[in-house]
Amino acid sequence: MNLTLRIWRQPGPDAPGEMTVYQVGGITEDMSFLEMLDILNEELILRGDQPVAFDHDCREGICGACSMVINGRPHGPERTTTCQLHMRHFTDGDTIDVEPWRSAAFPVIKDLVVDRSAFDRIIGAGGYITAPTGSAPDAHAVPVPKEAADRAFEHAECIGCGACVAACPNGSAMLFTAAKVVHLNLLPQGAPERRSRVRSMVAAMDSEGFGGCTNTGECATACPKGIGLDAIGTLNREFLRAR
Amino acid sequence: MSIQVSSNQGYEHYTVGAPIADTKAPDGPIEERWDRRRFEAKLVNPANRRGRTVIVVGTGLAGGAAGATLAEQGYRVVQFCFQDSPRRAHSIAAQGGINAAKNYRNDGDSIRRLFYDTVKGGDFRARESNVHRLAQVSVEIIDQCVAQGVPFAREYGGLLDTRSFGGVQVSRTFYARGQTGQQLLLGAYQALSRQIAAGNVELHARTEMLDLVVVDGRARGIVARDLVTGKLETHLADAVVLATGGYGNVFYLSTNAKNSNATAIWRAHRRGAYFANPCFTQIHPTCIPRSGDHQSKLTLMSESLRNDGRIWVPKAAGDTRPPNAIPEAERDYYLERMYPSFGNLVPRDIASRAAKAVCDEGRGVGPGGQGVYLDFADAIARLGRDTVAERYGNLFDMYQRITAEDPYQVPMRIYPAIHYTMGGLWVDYDLQTTIPGLFAIGEANFSDHGANRLGASALMQGLADGYFVLPPTLNDYLARTPAVPLTPDHPEVEAVATEAADRLAALLAVNGDRTPDSFHRELGELLWDECGMARSAAGLRKALERIPELRAEFWRRLKVPGTGEELNQSLEKANRLVDYFELAELMCLDALHRAESCGGHFRVESQTPDGEAARRDEEFGYSAAWEFNPSGPPVLHREELVFDHVHPTQRSYA
Ligand SMILES: Cc1cc2nc3c(=O)[nH]c(=O)nc-3n(C[C@H](O)[C@H](O)[C@H](O)COP(=O)(O)OP(=O)(O)OC[C@H]3O[C@@H](n4cnc5c(N)ncnc54)[C@H](O)[C@@H]3O)c2cc1C
Ligand code: SF4
Ligand code: FES
Repeated sequence: MNLTLRIWRQPGPDAPGEMTVYQVGGITEDMSFLEMLDILNEELILRGDQPVAFDHDCREGICGACSMVINGRPHGPERTTTCQLHMRHFTDGDTIDVEPWRSAAFPVIKDLVVDRSAFDRIIGAGGYITAPTGSAPDAHAVPVPKEAADRAFEHAECIGCGACVAACPNGSAMLFTAAKVVHLNLLPQGAPERRSRVRSMVAAMDSEGFGGCTNTGECATACPKGIGLDAIGTLNREFLRAR
Repeated sequence: MSIQVSSNQGYEHYTVGAPIADTKAPDGPIEERWDRRRFEAKLVNPANRRGRTVIVVGTGLAGGAAGATLAEQGYRVVQFCFQDSPRRAHSIAAQGGINAAKNYRNDGDSIRRLFYDTVKGGDFRARESNVHRLAQVSVEIIDQCVAQGVPFAREYGGLLDTRSFGGVQVSRTFYARGQTGQQLLLGAYQALSRQIAAGNVELHARTEMLDLVVVDGRARGIVARDLVTGKLETHLADAVVLATGGYGNVFYLSTNAKNSNATAIWRAHRRGAYFANPCFTQIHPTCIPRSGDHQSKLTLMSESLRNDGRIWVPKAAGDTRPPNAIPEAERDYYLERMYPSFGNLVPRDIASRAAKAVCDEGRGVGPGGQGVYLDFADAIARLGRDTVAERYGNLFDMYQRITAEDPYQVPMRIYPAIHYTMGGLWVDYDLQTTIPGLFAIGEANFSDHGANRLGASALMQGLADGYFVLPPTLNDYLARTPAVPLTPDHPEVEAVATEAADRLAALLAVNGDRTPDSFHRELGELLWDECGMARSAAGLRKALERIPELRAEFWRRLKVPGTGEELNQSLEKANRLVDYFELAELMCLDALHRAESCGGHFRVESQTPDGEAARRDEEFGYSAAWEFNPSGPPVLHREELVFDHVHPTQRSYA
């Protein structure tokens, strides 16, 4: 198929950016979205232009690196990551808009690459269980009910991609933060730091410049890992308890 | 002595140097060696640790665990990864699970059995002392991870669930659905994040190590490039740890993350670290086949599918009917036919070679004839669709997303792909390379898996190295090595920085007409053909001739747009390729010199009468540690392997 791409090009953090139009041909259904961009980039290099910069690594939907707003939706039309989106979801002749995550807390570095280090700092503020190496009791010393373990796992599945922030009209990081709080606060091992964790993580979230949550629910719709709004409910309850 | 192995303008031959006499493994009963080593290790006074700096390159399971642990012990850690966050290291993608000799099932597992399985699975090409220690330490890993909040799968009673994996007879694999690597890595990442926030670890994300600084014979730092600004930085330390992962991406197409690369270990090799068994690479039998020339990477489908799926191809070559139109009598369930007792569950290397063989006969299926069927029709008839969905539903979904085919209706197509590299930097019992002060952990070293790695053992090794083995041995090194001040203007430091800058400038200056990826694909295809699943002397010689030609063309025709002073992903790729060319050559040389078959290394000249891999212990019962020689061919140092505990036998699965 032949496609028209309108891609956000921005040479550097402080440079102005703009949507630039490109044509690509010879795209097949089996290609992933990133493979389609690979083809464009190979052509751009041979023309002496700069290829479009984008973050990616695993291309399996697990590392959380890939991050594009496609036709106005973070990760595009399917509920998956950009790297796991395939071209069979597009048709010959389509025009596709490709933009970076847009959020004050995720400044653009170049083209489609943004700085998400604010997420790392939220984790550093309390998204862990203090368990220095060598201090652990036997793994079976504390049984964990299966329901709690399963629910913790489902929230630990967050890949830290930031689509929730990009989708939110306020640029809120509530879903990301909530996923980690639910994961750790549900486990008996996480109980001793339960209150300090939620307080510190919420404070870090606020100081990083993420917006407030007004329950629009866009985050959960965009999340490729299916983290649900119930996580935010739990976060709010944990936060109230911790005050 | 000089040995002629090929006649071309690249490596003409190699020379043989002194054998490796001392691996630093303590002697005495194997069960007591690790305790002894730790007892004899010197300690650094806690008050003095802040004054000692350790560089850790890599934030995967090995590096993440090591960085967090060393910082907890009080060292000043400076850590690097090329991703935007430590959480995205390639370890995140591991699916199946992690082994540990917990024997929670009471099914006869023990440290000794895990040790035995690993030595045998490695086809008797690993060092017994190291493997035994790995088995011992495995027990502590699970405790550590549970304490960190890793949500392993649990049973209704609240205790940990396990599964069995890859041809062993006990159930010792702990897992978190199909995302074990993710959950283990997040545990390590969170521990590391705590140390970063506390100011004990200085993290440099989006920063790539380009070279190693060696001063007065000791590793003292690295030269790294800030991938955002393009600035070259020199970082100095008292010791350097490489936790930079494997080199499977030398093949271009592999199951590794796209940016995984060999630059850190290869540059260290060029500075004096021996590289061991580079030809020991693992090919995984169950990956989704490539769908065309645009293919950028290959996706693994968990090996567990072989428990219920049946593998077949049409009996007749060139049969293009759709699978469901091929009657039972015209199908060849070739693994069941060739290996009646193991059937579809033969080890990874055997399943992979058999798939290649039937495709070479023209019986492969799908685009380009590079695929075989993995059929669940019988399993669905026997167990019902629901049970099959419960066991493999997420894998079926992933397959369908990528191929748009429904595995409940039509058989999956699979083909082998490069997955893991057993070779790596040679390390002694302390995980120290041949450069004092340079340590290598995780997939970056060659340590524990011999010629073939068992499923679920890489995660175990990465975490064993990072949490439990490296911290005490590094402590010992620092305690015995006085702190010597060093500044970036030292001539040896400046020379390394200049060399790195010159290389980038040279890449930008070529300004030819071929992209970095086009060269990488060509190199990868050559390696896959000649140094992949089956290797022959003639094919390896051909590759050894072709690689230098391709490299020369690279330096003539490469095109890298942009400058070095900005985020430039083409420059990153080109710079990694320079090292891949050299590594590829050493892999082929190693494969050529090792005229035996063992584990993942199959030399067509060395087969048993029934076509299985024939090991030649008398001649090749050693690890091959290669020394870089700037002015001539590589130098081979043999580490003879001694098996006092597990008696070498020839594998048989017929
Ligand atoms: C698809 C897949 C599934 C797997 N499943 C399993 C499984 O179920 N069980 C199992 O045991 N094993 C599995 N493996 C193998 C296992 O995942 C890896 O061997 C292991 O995770 C490697 O960990 P590591 O810490 O050594 O390196 P990695 O996780 O590869 O980390 C390397 C780190 O080094 C950094 N780095 C590298 N080079 C540089 C440089 N020059 N400068 C700066 N930083 C650098 C990277 O940024 C990264 O942080 C699987 C592998 C794949 C590909
Ligand atoms: S909550 Fe979902 S959308 Fe947000 S970072 Fe995690 S995986 Fe991405
Ligand atoms: S590239 Fe890793 S999730 Fe998309």
